[in-house]
Amino acid sequence: MILTVVHKTRYEFATPVGGIIQSLRLTPARCEGQKIVNWSVDVPGAVIGGLFSDGAGDHIQTVSLRNLTSTVEVNVSGKVETQDMAGVLRGHRERVPPRAYMRNTPRTEPNRAIRELVEDTLAVMGTASALDRAHALASAVHKALPYTPGATHAHTTAAEAMNEGLGVCQDHTHVMIACAHLAGLPARYVSGYLNATEDGSPHEASHAWAEIYIDGLGWVGFDASNESCPNDHYIRLGSGLDAQDAAPIRGLVLGGAEESLDVTVVIEAQQQ
Amino acid sequence: MSEAYFNEMYDGNGLRPPYRGLEGWYQDMPTEFRAFKQAEAEDLFRRFGITFAVYGDGGDPDRLIPFDMFPRVFAADEWRRLERGIKQRARALNAFLSDVYDRGEIIRAGRIPADLVYRNEAYEIAVAGFRPPLGIFSHIVGIDLVRTGVDQFYVLEDNCRTPSGVSYMLENREVMMRMFPHLFQENRVAPLDNYARLLKRTLASVAPAKCDREPNIVILTPGHYNSAYYEHSFLADLMGVELVEGQDLFVEGDFCWMRTTQGPRKVDVIYRRIDDAFLDPLCFRPDSTLGVPGLMNVYRSGGVTICSAPGAGVADDKAIYTFVPEMVRFYLGEAPILENVPTWQCAKPDEYKYVQEHLAELVVKEVHGSGGYGMLVGPKADKATIETFAAKLAENPGNYIAQPTLALSTCPTFVEEGIAPRHVDLRPYCLVGRDVDLVPGGLTRVALTEGSLVVNSSQGGGVKDTWVIAEE
Repeated sequence: MILTVVHKTRYEFATPVGGIIQSLRLTPARCEGQKIVNWSVDVPGAVIGGLFSDGAGDHIQTVSLRNLTSTVEVNVSGKVETQDMAGVLRGHRERVPPRAYMRNTPRTEPNRAIRELVEDTLAVMGTASALDRAHALASAVHKALPYTPGATHAHTTAAEAMNEGLGVCQDHTHVMIACAHLAGLPARYVSGYLNATEDGSPHEASHAWAEIYIDGLGWVGFDASNESCPNDHYIRLGSGLDAQDAAPIRGLVLGGAEESLDVTVVIEAQQQ
Repeated sequence: MSEAYFNEMYDGNGLRPPYRGLEGWYQDMPTEFRAFKQAEAEDLFRRFGITFAVYGDGGDPDRLIPFDMFPRVFAADEWRRLERGIKQRARALNAFLSDVYDRGEIIRAGRIPADLVYRNEAYEIAVAGFRPPLGIFSHIVGIDLVRTGVDQFYVLEDNCRTPSGVSYMLENREVMMRMFPHLFQENRVAPLDNYARLLKRTLASVAPAKCDREPNIVILTPGHYNSAYYEHSFLADLMGVELVEGQDLFVEGDFCWMRTTQGPRKVDVIYRRIDDAFLDPLCFRPDSTLGVPGLMNVYRSGGVTICSAPGAGVADDKAIYTFVPEMVRFYLGEAPILENVPTWQCAKPDEYKYVQEHLAELVVKEVHGSGGYGMLVGPKADKATIETFAAKLAENPGNYIAQPTLALSTCPTFVEEGIAPRHVDLRPYCLVGRDVDLVPGGLTRVALTEGSLVVNSSQGGGVKDTWVIAEE
């Protein structure tokens, strides 16, 4: 499938600021099932550093703008050819040992509700395989947190989302990571894009899911929000321990005043 | 009472050889002269501005670390063995770091448990797979040693991040040379004044491959509220490099720049004296204002070298410590020259049980703690203190390790009544770059209270000049 992405982020400042500096993780991962046809990242007026790969295989670049400014735009657009790999991340060059992804951050720290969810889910599974346990956990998270935009915010932790009983993909992913860790499985946060409509029409499409390390298979994606594994409708950008760590854009406003942020991500499946 | 301890000046046969050159000096010193000299020393330290902030209630931010004028002396042959042991350990620690951020051969070989390394908070995922220049992570290794006998030295802990105290080593010598110049004419004391030149050479040797000229080196300090700020400015001065705070640097494109009155100047090597977590708000703690946003991207794409390398802390963790002799064998194929103190890991149930039953005999420390805070010295603690500590320990045993109370050697120290033995330790500073260098000496810390085994300056310890008698 050919997916076309147009991702615009626009910052507006009430009073001009001294500039911005950002670390961008906005170039799709290089792996089987995901081939970049063309891709561009542009920040008008900014100095953009060279793209490099970190140990997790993410493509990162630094962007800085040091002039007095009241708006900043980060424009991403491109075309990616995807294939359904049944969620398995294959041919992805990375150097981080999977066991390093056993640690929690404040955002993925489990609470009692998450512990109980894991215990209840796994109690009936006997000696099921790691893959089956991961699938079962994804379903359990899906049921525990009905998809509800607006119920949580950017800084909501897994524990808070669990108490709320509602969430969006970020919350599902945080809870999923917490669950996987309790089940003894390395897990991480993945940010990317999702083409969610059947008819290929354009729509809002930033997305996040979890990857869980399964011995013998490697990293496997689990999208608890959709109770499925990533397929050819997904584009993988990069990973981290949680939403902040895996954020497509991490930045600072220099000499910054309040900002308003406008993000649009449009993805469409191109007719073949 | 002190016969149970190795006395570095007197043994069964009287004065030990390294101290012979001092005999006349302290025996003939009139009490008033001593008091006068002690006051002069304090005055010199105040003038140098060398102070050490003490944290906590009632801490005095401008307190002087007490200086004891009686030098601690090593003979040339004693030092030769120590030097070999220290350099060996510093090389092994760096080999370990370079390995665990690469293929992890020592883990694959089953010599160190994977989880101890990879689940360690000090293991930085952000630098996994990145090889810093020359593969060196810890450029200044501070190794804390204690002595229990003529030939018995134990390593208490390794400091691979940003060990402090080297300014005291240098200033203690400076003060002694000003106050007692004749001592240095009568004794062949190996000089330390090469340290700054060697440090600068070490830092320059790890400049990024992209740097094609004399590297621009800076020292990055958290600022003057930091307890070691004096040392940061002292070292910058000695090396003739800029002392900067995070706000003096910025990232643009693929490089890190320093603001100067003549415009931006590229920075090649940063000797940072701030913790990993604060280095870059775009990679680590987003609320850090001490670091440089974007720095880790520049570092990881080879635009700047950070010393010590982010992630170096995984080698000096107290739980990893147990495995350092194994690292020496595994990476260097050598027998470890310096011994570890036997250590019980409270994370292991059977070892925790032993610790619980023997608290009164053991020293119990936090795995990630430093500075002598939050530790229990069993033999010096009363029953109530031990009980309180046992409760704290039970809350999170995995956070603690325990060691036997070592019979730390003593060194003569000036006290009210003359001289008396006091317990000492030693922190030498090993430099690792293209070469591995060690100046002949280190920081000797002394527990000034009679019988005390806690030498930390934050707990009332003092310091001494440390001599190595040069070879004939």
